[in-house]
Amino acid sequence: MNIAVLLRAVPDPVEELELNEDETDLDRDYLGYVLNEFDDHALEEALLLKEEVGGTVTVLGLGTADEVDQMLYTAVAKGADGAERLGSDLGPLDAHSQAGLFVEALRQGGYDLVLSGVQASDELDGQVGMLVAAGLDLPHVSVVVATTPADGALRVTKEYWGGITADYDIRLPAVLGIQAARQAPRYVAVARIRQAQESDSLTEIDVDPPAPSSGLRVTAVRIPEAGEGAAMIEGDEEAAADRIVEILAAAGVG
Amino acid sequence: MTRPVSPKVDPGDVLEHEEYVLEGMDISGHWNRMFEQRVIVDYDVAQLDRVTDVEGGESMGWCYQCAQCIAVCPVDHVGDYGPRKIYRKLQIGYDLFTDPDLWLCTTCINCLRVCPKEVDMLQIMPAVRKEAVLAGDVPGELQDVFEKTARYGNPLGKNPKRRIAWTKGLEVEVPIIADLDRKVDVLWWVSDYPSYHPRGMEASRCLARILTHLGVDFAVLGAEERHDGDSMLRAGEQGLFEMLADQNIETLNQYEFDVLLTTDPHAYNAFLHEYPERGGAYDVLHYSRFLADRIAGLGLSEEIAKTITFHDPCYLGRHNGEYEAPRDLIEALPGADFVEMWRIRENGYCCGGGGGGMWLDGLAADHQSMRLSEKRVLEAVETGADTLCVVCPYEVSRFEDAVKSTNNDGALEVLDVAELLARAMGLPTD
Repeated sequence: MNIAVLLRAVPDPVEELELNEDETDLDRDYLGYVLNEFDDHALEEALLLKEEVGGTVTVLGLGTADEVDQMLYTAVAKGADGAERLGSDLGPLDAHSQAGLFVEALRQGGYDLVLSGVQASDELDGQVGMLVAAGLDLPHVSVVVATTPADGALRVTKEYWGGITADYDIRLPAVLGIQAARQAPRYVAVARIRQAQESDSLTEIDVDPPAPSSGLRVTAVRIPEAGEGAAMIEGDEEAAADRIVEILAAAGVG
Repeated sequence: MTRPVSPKVDPGDVLEHEEYVLEGMDISGHWNRMFEQRVIVDYDVAQLDRVTDVEGGESMGWCYQCAQCIAVCPVDHVGDYGPRKIYRKLQIGYDLFTDPDLWLCTTCINCLRVCPKEVDMLQIMPAVRKEAVLAGDVPGELQDVFEKTARYGNPLGKNPKRRIAWTKGLEVEVPIIADLDRKVDVLWWVSDYPSYHPRGMEASRCLARILTHLGVDFAVLGAEERHDGDSMLRAGEQGLFEMLADQNIETLNQYEFDVLLTTDPHAYNAFLHEYPERGGAYDVLHYSRFLADRIAGLGLSEEIAKTITFHDPCYLGRHNGEYEAPRDLIEALPGADFVEMWRIRENGYCCGGGGGGMWLDGLAADHQSMRLSEKRVLEAVETGADTLCVVCPYEVSRFEDAVKSTNNDGALEVLDVAELLARAMGLPTD
């Protein structure tokens, strides 16, 4: 099975996030970026599938941040067979633009399966996994928590609310939005990452910076103000529900 | 690199030959090696060989099961552990590379101190851990810390830019050496916990005040400083240690200073023993020694009406032979009573933070009846002391937590020696 995994860099909240001058975006001048946690799970699931059924894992990243190369090399060190970085110095991209670039590259790849994290913290205009599936006209299942290879197809477990999950048997090729891999993302030693950095495993692909295509225009960004206090609600469900209704009514809701 | 703590044999008296056959018997090699397995039962020593085949693991094969180590192993006091026990389990076929036993050793080397065969856990455990780390077999809690340290340069995962935040609002100046653009007498290597942990930051502020009072020409690196890497090396992440060491050496070599002053005994150990071979050789001092050599200049005038006991940190004491400096400082405190615990100096009982133990609390909980730090706090309380004095930044948080979890909150205060000295000097301690 030839699997592609989409890796995205998102703002690192270890920094104190500040707004730009006209308060329409984060101040990105000194922002650090990290791998989207859900994409790390997508990579882990892909590596587990490769260990089970053979094939290749290729990771794709967008040249939106300096940290992207390190993310791609780390993936190779963990067991990905190759890495592609699409573009460089692209700056922040909305989900539609990201999906557009991924779709172009994925069309060339002939992949049986595309995995991405189910969501990312900077997706304002939809989820990249879904947009990629639509762009490739492929089936898509989101919020996947496990995959099981089955006779040329794939059984995927999708998580719903209230502890409910459902299994889907899907024909490949397909796109999945991974909520969690079957196990926590594996560790890879720094020595192996450095080895990957010295190898020839990263391919840089030129792309034109896409024009924003989502139709979404951000007019203002605000940093949430911390409220005060918390009310602990005691009692059984009936009593708790009554109390919650009271609180909401007092706050003018409903 | 083997550093026997108290050599049993004077190396000058030993004749070792790479190849030597005497009366038909091959006695080549290290004087302390085993020639053959004792044959009581014919064991399949394949698992033992896997350990001794790793570079650094050789001395595991020298054990002749005398069990001197078990008596002094701090983990055995609260669990079932020690080099002899590991040797026995290897002999009967367990896989140390994937067993939790691999991660319980704190590298305190009390075992090496008493071992007649110089079985060196300071070499063995990091070497085997290194193989486990390369294979991706790392306990989850430690994985998290490795990743944070690699990304942010500190195991707490804090913003590197905030490494200097502890100086905010401080009434004395803590210059950053890059801003001074000149040589300084003392470059103070603050370390992570003293920069980011609330209790560490309080001790750092006290030490800054003390250095200022002494008129020391000092500066810090600020955000350029990264984790020294010693604990990562002991926990098996050699690649991470090398990356950090090389970055730190590159930084340090840009500046001119006479003395590299460390707060953290683990950093002290790294600078003394691991950095020189990577190109970073400095005159390094631990702050307890620096201050002990300047007691007269401190001006200790305020009464400290406390009964104080002292915990010898493994990496300052047993690893590097410094037992007197902190004691000199405590004994110089006016009005203070100094009482010793029973496991002190070379036989000091480990707090559990070394060798990665600082970040393996969950794993330890599954294999120990209590934390090492809790065992130690109970020992401190037994002395009748109301204060436990420490000089290693791992300890203050470990012991304060242990005071609470052993229900001694209010009975025992944990204080860095810098905090006690500042009080005795009439300086602010917040």
